[in-house]
Amino acid sequence: MGVLTFSGGIHPPDKKELSKESPVTPATLPQRVIIPLSQHTGAPCKPVISIGQEVKKGELIGEPGGFVSAPVHSSISGKVTAIAEFPNAMGRMVTSVFIENDGREEWTALKDSPDYKNLSVDELKEKIKSAGIVGLGGAAFPTSVKLSPPKEKHIDTVIINGAECEPYLTADYRLMIERPDEIIEGLRIIMKVLGVSKGFIGIEDNKPDAVERMTQAAGRDPEIMVLALEVKYPQGAEKMLIKAVTGREIHPRGLPMDVNVVVQNVGTALAIYEAARFGKPLIERVVTVTGEGINRPSNLMVRIGTPVSALIDECGGFRGISGKVIAGGPMMGFALSSLDVPVTKGTSGILVIPEGEVIHANDFETCIRCGRCIDVCPMGLMPSMLSVLSEKAHYEDTKEYNIFDCFECGSCAYVCPSKRPIVQFIRLAKSLIKP
Amino acid sequence: MEKTDKQQLIVTVSPHIKSEESVTRIMWSVNLSLLPAITMGAYFFGPKALFVTVLCIISSLLSEYFVQKGLKKKVTVSDGSAFLTGLLLGMNLPSSLWSFSPFTIHIPVIGSVVAIIITKQLFGGLGYNIFNPALIGRAFLLISFPKAMTIWNTPSSAFFGLDAKTAATPLGILKEEGAQKLIEAFGDTTNLYSQLLLGHRAGSIGETSAIALLFGAGFLMYKRYITWHLPISFLASAALLAWVFGGKDMQTGKMLLFHGDPVVHLLSGGIILGAFFMATDYVTCPSVRRGQIVFGIGCGALTMLIRLKGGYPEGVMFAILLMNCFAPLIDKNMRTRVFGFVKKKETKQ
Repeated sequence: MGVLTFSGGIHPPDKKELSKESPVTPATLPQRVIIPLSQHTGAPCKPVISIGQEVKKGELIGEPGGFVSAPVHSSISGKVTAIAEFPNAMGRMVTSVFIENDGREEWTALKDSPDYKNLSVDELKEKIKSAGIVGLGGAAFPTSVKLSPPKEKHIDTVIINGAECEPYLTADYRLMIERPDEIIEGLRIIMKVLGVSKGFIGIEDNKPDAVERMTQAAGRDPEIMVLALEVKYPQGAEKMLIKAVTGREIHPRGLPMDVNVVVQNVGTALAIYEAARFGKPLIERVVTVTGEGINRPSNLMVRIGTPVSALIDECGGFRGISGKVIAGGPMMGFALSSLDVPVTKGTSGILVIPEGEVIHANDFETCIRCGRCIDVCPMGLMPSMLSVLSEKAHYEDTKEYNIFDCFECGSCAYVCPSKRPIVQFIRLAKSLIKP
Repeated sequence: MEKTDKQQLIVTVSPHIKSEESVTRIMWSVNLSLLPAITMGAYFFGPKALFVTVLCIISSLLSEYFVQKGLKKKVTVSDGSAFLTGLLLGMNLPSSLWSFSPFTIHIPVIGSVVAIIITKQLFGGLGYNIFNPALIGRAFLLISFPKAMTIWNTPSSAFFGLDAKTAATPLGILKEEGAQKLIEAFGDTTNLYSQLLLGHRAGSIGETSAIALLFGAGFLMYKRYITWHLPISFLASAALLAWVFGGKDMQTGKMLLFHGDPVVHLLSGGIILGAFFMATDYVTCPSVRRGQIVFGIGCGALTMLIRLKGGYPEGVMFAILLMNCFAPLIDKNMRTRVFGFVKKKETKQ
């Protein structure tokens, strides 16, 4: 067996050294949190509190609005001051709950289960569901849905995604270094829920200490294997990870369960453990605040709903003139238009790029057909064709080149010597046609 | 806090980082990789070789500048692509064109104008041209000035004087007089091969020194500016066909199967220059690697067809130009395999 990987991909500078050595520390509690009722893929939540009401930490404030949905909890104790539309990191207006902090940090009653190992599958599922856990890698897909595959799909493998292939981000890395045993416990719970006897943890090879820690934590458990994967973006993309670990390829329009696999992020596994053991809802997450434009890059444990500006201040503020502030990593993250937006369940990092290093999207040239984008596309598409067709407004023709199989990892735009905004062209075409 | 609020943020779509590769860097690297070959050309054919090449470069740059000005487009003279076209055109011309009686100095200028203005800019500029500009420039000249374009100086003798001796190219001798005569002209087979490898033979300015060209090609492959797919399939298919069909019984004039000399065919003419530096032009070759192999095989086959059966002793130029026509078709029909696509078929069976 050679190096575990997929074909295509790129090798951007990983820049993880900026924040790698900073242990996860709790962020200062914010004066006010803004908790969006839609932080996940799927139906938004319905608010179950009213303005003026006192809420405790961990109290339910929004109940799921459908099957594919996840409840939302208050991340602090305090008073609900407003329920209103507020922009999220993507700039979309989302109904959000504003809570003023009373500084008391009072927990709501949690259902502690020291005997969580003896809980039944349904009890565990219920705990995960009511804790509002979603995929913490970025997509924020409700975990309870992933853990309830249709009957005809026989899941035989669980993979914990510790690849963290996005440059700069070190949130998952720190968790693997600091809390490996709890992550392994989380994996065991997932395996139990799905009735699976094969669990893998895939970690990129640039984190040998994480591989070591996780291997130690897994101990001699014959059902769990820690695997080092080639360092290559997007190694942590679900399809690529499954290919690297199991050799199975998901059909372009398929889901991991079609090849009998469920993938969960490192942070998600930890949250699952905490939900099962302590009944703790998902009210905080690790956020890497990093980049050349921030004074003290750090990994912070942040309450959901904390405004981005508070994190920037906590990390010593901007170094020089900030150019871009990105929610997520540099490859797939969203540039923020305002620092007031709150951290949500899917926010893995806040990256500050100084003004001088910002690449402006308008200085691009014609496609010279060099084929680099074709070589690196992990989905085996022809981004050059897609970008040219979209540029010339031949949107319908992009379907012939499988435009909807593109998951916008950005590898093509990264390597393009003409600096073409290929992903933007692809998004444009996608938004104007139907699959 | 106040400070953070006042600062303006730049918002663009992802990805937010990009590699340092650029068209300009690629083009100048290719120019650089041709330096050894042009140096050898200048060494063997003297200052005239340099004059012809520089003339081509200057006229290409000026053509690009004026046509872009005239069409009110962004002037991109400094990106190295017009320089490269001029350089490649110059390398594909005989040094004998630098001559005042008969006056042939206008010929490289005409070639450059045709290459840049007609072949490149009128088709939409870099990225949109169908044909390799330098090769169209040369093809135009070969057809328009057949005599001047086929006067080849002998190497070295041309170094000092401008009244150089002329000689036939190895492929010319091979075509007209046969393999035996070619070996006699160089003494023995070993000498023939080594002289061809070094580039000590009549031919276009930059095509003769195989070793210098391979050195530059190695650099481009190391930098991953080109891959093996196209050039190797080009050379391999040409070598195979040269070996199978290249033999000829000089008494009867009949073809002797499996008696051809692939080494002579690979080391003479412009095949190495063509395979590594001209056929690999991003714009005019397929961009899918599998397609590049097909393209390379097509180039190799057409080259040998022209060399063995056609009227010209050399066929690389026309082979590449003909295959240029097929590049879009190859790209359309030899797409990449979409991730997970085979899986679908497997589950269906």
